[in-house]
Amino acid sequence: MEPAALPTALQLAASGDTGLSLEKRAALGASLLLLQRDYRFERVWFWGCIQGVRGTYYIAQGLGPDLAAPRSRLYSLNCVEWSLLPPATVEMVEQAALLKGLFQGDPSFEYEYAEVNAEDDERFLEDGKELTIKEENRLVATIEQIDRAVGIIPRRAFMKTPLGSVHENRNFEGLSLTEAKKLSSYFHFTEPVNLKNKTLLEKADLDPSTDFLDSLEHDVPQAVKCKYAENLIQRFLWWDIPLKKCYQFGFLLLFCFWSSE
Amino acid sequence: MVRRPIPRVKHRRTKQRSSAGGPAGRLGTATTRTAALRKAQSADTKQARPKARPAPQRRSCEGLLHHERFRYGALPIMKRGKKRGGRPLQTNRREEQLGQLQNGVERPPSGNGNGSGSRRSTQPGGGDKRQSLPTAEANSRPAPSGNGCPGNGCRFTSVASEAEGLLGRLAMAEHGPYLPHEPGYGLYQPGYGLFDDQTPDPDHRMLACQNAKAYLLQSSLTSGLNLYDHLVNVLTKILDERPANPVDIFENISKDVKAAQFQKKMDTLRDEHEILPSFESAEIRRNLFFKSDAGDEEREEELGEIPLPNVMETAFYFEQGGIGLSRDETYLIFLALKKLVSVQPIQTCRFWGRILGREKNYIIAEVQFREGEEEEETEEEEVIDEGDKRMDEVEDEDEEKEKNEPPKSTYKPPPVIPKEENGTGANKHVYFVCNEPGEPWVKLPPVTPAQIVCARKIKKFFTGRLDAPIVSFPPFPGNEANYLRAQIARISAGTHVSPLGYYRFSEEEGDEDEEGGGGRDDYEENPDFEPLSAFEMVESLSTWVHHVPSILKQGRCVWFNPLQKTEEEEGEEEEEEKDEVPDELQQETGPPLLTPLSEDEGIQNIPAWTVSLSTRLIPQYAVAILRSNRWPGAYAFACGTKFGNIYFGWGHKYSLGNHTPALPPPVQPEYPNGPEIREAADPTVEEELAFKAAQEQKALEGMEGEEEEEEEEFEEDEEEEEEDD
Repeated sequence: MEPAALPTALQLAASGDTGLSLEKRAALGASLLLLQRDYRFERVWFWGCIQGVRGTYYIAQGLGPDLAAPRSRLYSLNCVEWSLLPPATVEMVEQAALLKGLFQGDPSFEYEYAEVNAEDDERFLEDGKELTIKEENRLVATIEQIDRAVGIIPRRAFMKTPLGSVHENRNFEGLSLTEAKKLSSYFHFTEPVNLKNKTLLEKADLDPSTDFLDSLEHDVPQAVKCKYAENLIQRFLWWDIPLKKCYQFGFLLLFCFWSSE
Repeated sequence: MVRRPIPRVKHRRTKQRSSAGGPAGRLGTATTRTAALRKAQSADTKQARPKARPAPQRRSCEGLLHHERFRYGALPIMKRGKKRGGRPLQTNRREEQLGQLQNGVERPPSGNGNGSGSRRSTQPGGGDKRQSLPTAEANSRPAPSGNGCPGNGCRFTSVASEAEGLLGRLAMAEHGPYLPHEPGYGLYQPGYGLFDDQTPDPDHRMLACQNAKAYLLQSSLTSGLNLYDHLVNVLTKILDERPANPVDIFENISKDVKAAQFQKKMDTLRDEHEILPSFESAEIRRNLFFKSDAGDEEREEELGEIPLPNVMETAFYFEQGGIGLSRDETYLIFLALKKLVSVQPIQTCRFWGRILGREKNYIIAEVQFREGEEEEETEEEEVIDEGDKRMDEVEDEDEEKEKNEPPKSTYKPPPVIPKEENGTGANKHVYFVCNEPGEPWVKLPPVTPAQIVCARKIKKFFTGRLDAPIVSFPPFPGNEANYLRAQIARISAGTHVSPLGYYRFSEEEGDEDEEGGGGRDDYEENPDFEPLSAFEMVESLSTWVHHVPSILKQGRCVWFNPLQKTEEEEGEEEEEEKDEVPDELQQETGPPLLTPLSEDEGIQNIPAWTVSLSTRLIPQYAVAILRSNRWPGAYAFACGTKFGNIYFGWGHKYSLGNHTPALPPPVQPEYPNGPEIREAADPTVEEELAFKAAQEQKALEGMEGEEEEEEEEFEEDEEEEEEDD
C-alpha cells in the first residue's frame, strides 16, 4: 500500500478496526518516504499491522525493480522507527506453526515450549538446548504465511518480462464489473504451484506474460478465504472505484488477522 | 396471342344458388365451368407452347387423388422462360396469394374484377393470361370452396373453409371443385360446410370470420408475435425447404421459426445504459438524507431530550484509537439511527457495533423502549403457547386411540429454563439490525437461556441473512437471528465496561435481604462522577467496571431454580413413579455487577484486556482505549466524562486453537450386556448328534479314566458350556 493511497484504501477496507489512528497514519506518510530514501527501495508498501497483547507491530515492505524478488520487510512499534526483519526460512515457519496464542507485542520475547510432543523435540532439539523462539522470528514466519495465503493481485496488473522479472503493467486500468466478481481474475502473488499441473489445453489459453501465477479459482477451502475477498470486492463495487490498485488492497486484508495459530 | 376472355364465374349467394336444385345442379355448373377453364387452358398451351412439357404435367384434376393435388409440381403452370410484356413470368404465386391473404380477405379473391387476377387481365398484351389464369382460378378457388360466398365479391368465407382455403390456395390453386366421389366434396358445397349449422346467417358468418381472423392476428404480450403471421411464416418455410415428413417435424419447424424471430431490443446506434447494482444501494442511501414529515419534527421538539446519541462524537473518540468505520459510513449510520428513532417509540438508543458476515454485515443498534411499548411480543408468546397446548391435546387423542403402545420411555427432558423478562437481565435491551445503513431496521427476538447455552458450544460465521438456518451440533434452537441475538447478549455481558464511578447502585431498601437475588441489578448514573485522567485509566484495570450483568452458566443473568415446582406440577409428580431423584441444583452465582476488570480471567497467559493510550505524544488529550482479548473486536474508550463501548468483529469469542465442534454422544446401549442376553447360534442337528455320539463314547471310555480322558472330558465340558450358551 503506497502511503499516498492509504486514506482511500482504509476507507474502503474499513471493517471496524484498522488499528491505524490518525496519528499513525500521519506518521506513516512521513516515515515510509524516509524509509524509501534510506534503504534505496524503489517503492515502499505498508503491509499492515499485527496486534499483540502489549503492543502492535506495523509492517512495511520495500521492493526493488523486480516485484517478484524477495522483499525486505520492516517492522515498527510506533510507525516512526523501523527495523529490518530477517528473511523467512523454512525452519522458522515450521517452528512458528507450533505456537499458539496472540503475539506479545515485545519483539524480544521468547516463547518456550513445555507442551511439545516428544517427536518434535527430537527434531528440533540440538545440543540439548531448550526450545525457544523469539517473537521476531515468529513475526517473520507469520508474515510470510499470510503473504503466501492471501496476497492477491488482479489479473493483468503485473507482467512478466522475458528475462523473468515482474513489473507493474502500466496499461492496466482496472477490472470491469463482471470480471471483478469472478475469482479467476485474481492471482496469488507467490511461486505458482498449479501452473505446471494444468493440461495443455488450459495452458494454450494462458498468456505467459500475464498468467504466470496461480489463480484463486482452484483454492481449497474456497469458502472462507475467497468469500472474504469477495466481501472486500463487494465494497469496491459499492463505491464503484476501478480496481487498479487492487493488489495493494489485497494486503489490506491482513489488518484483521489476529495471528492466533 | 389471342386474348381470351377469362370465363367469368359468378358467385352468388346461397339462396340464389339453391335454385339450381341441389348438388347435382351445382355440380353441373361446376363441371361446366371447370371444363370451360380447362379448354381455355389447353387451347393456350397447344397454341403457344408446342414445346410444352408432356402431358403428365397437364393433368386434369379428375382422377387425381386428393393428396396428389397438393403437389406443387402437378399444377399446370405453362410458362417457363418466356417473357411477355416485360413482366416476370414466373411470379411467385404463392407470395401473391399470401399477400392477398395477409392483406385481408376483404379483397375478394374472385377472379373477376378485383384482385391481382384482374390486374393482370388488364395488362397490355394480355401477357400472362395463362399465368393469370391460374391466379384467376386460384382466386376463383374460393368460389367452390367457399360455400355460400355471397355475391360478387366473395368477401368472407366461413372459418373452416377459410383455413382450408388457405392451404388450398397455396397448393391446389388449379384444381377444380371437388367432384362428388372425392372426399371433402361435401364440405365445399354451400350449405354443407362444417360450421354451417352453427352460422346459418351469412352475416354471422362474416362476423365469425372477422372475429376469427382478428383473434389470429392478436399479438401475444410476451413475445410480440401473432399466430397468423407465425403460421404464415411456418408454412412458407415448409414450402421453401420441402422437408420430408413435414407433419412429423412440424413443431420443430415452428420452434425454429420462432427462434429466428428474435430481435434484440437494442438500437445499434446507441449503447444501452448499464444499470449497476450499486445504483440501488446508492438510492437506498440517498433516502436517508430526506427529512421526515413535519409532524415528527414537532414531536421531537416537544420531547426535548432526543434519544438519539451523538454517534459522530463517539466515533471521533474511537477514531483517536484507530477504531471505527470511515467517517462517511459513520454518518450514514447516524442517519439510519435517526430514522429508527423516529419510527419506533424509543427511550434510549446506542450504536452497538457492526458484526461482519460472509455475505453481508450487520449494523446493530441497542435500544430501550419507552415504558409500555412492548406489548407486541407478549402477544406472540401467547400465540405460541396456545399452539403448544393444541398440539398436546392432539397427541393425547392419538395415544388413546392406540392400544398396543410400546412402553413409554421414562426419559424426562430437562426442564426448560424460561427466558428472562423483557427489560431485565439478558433481555434488558432490544436490538435492531440492518445490513446496510438505509435499509429498514429489523427487531431481533429476545434471547432464551437455551440459545445462549447452545451458542457457547458452536462457532458459526454469520451469513448476513437473518433467516438463514444454523446447522450445527448441538442443534441450535433457532435461526441466524436468534444466534445473532445470543452472541450480542454474550458480547454485551462480557465486554461492556465503564469507568469506575460512572455508575453506582441505586439505593433501595431490602435489596440485600432477598434470597437468591444475586446482587443488585439496578444502577444509575452517578451525578458525582469525577473522571480520572486517561493516564490513570490506562495504568490499571481496576478503574474500569462491568456495568452489564454477566450471564450464568444456565443462560440467564438471574438464576432460576428449575426444581421449584408449582402446585400443579407437584401433584403430577406424585402420580408418576420417581425413578431418579433429582439432584439438588446449586445456585449459580456470577460476579456481581460493577466488578472491576482486574478480576477478569485471561486465557492462559493472555490477559483479558489490553489498555493503551491513543497517543503518547499529547497526553493531555489522550484517550484511553481498551481492547478485549477474550472477544476480539470489542473496544471501549474513556476520555474525561465520556466513555463508550463498541464492537467491530465477527461475533466470536477468542479460542486458542481451532474450534472443534462437539462430537455426537456415543450410541446409547439398549440393554445391559451380559451372558444371559448374549446370543449364540443354536447347535445344529449334526452337532447335537455328534455331541450325543461323543457322550456315548465318553461313557464307554470313561471308566478307563486317565488324565487324558479327563482332559477330553474337560474339553467336552467346555464345549457343552459353549453350546449351552
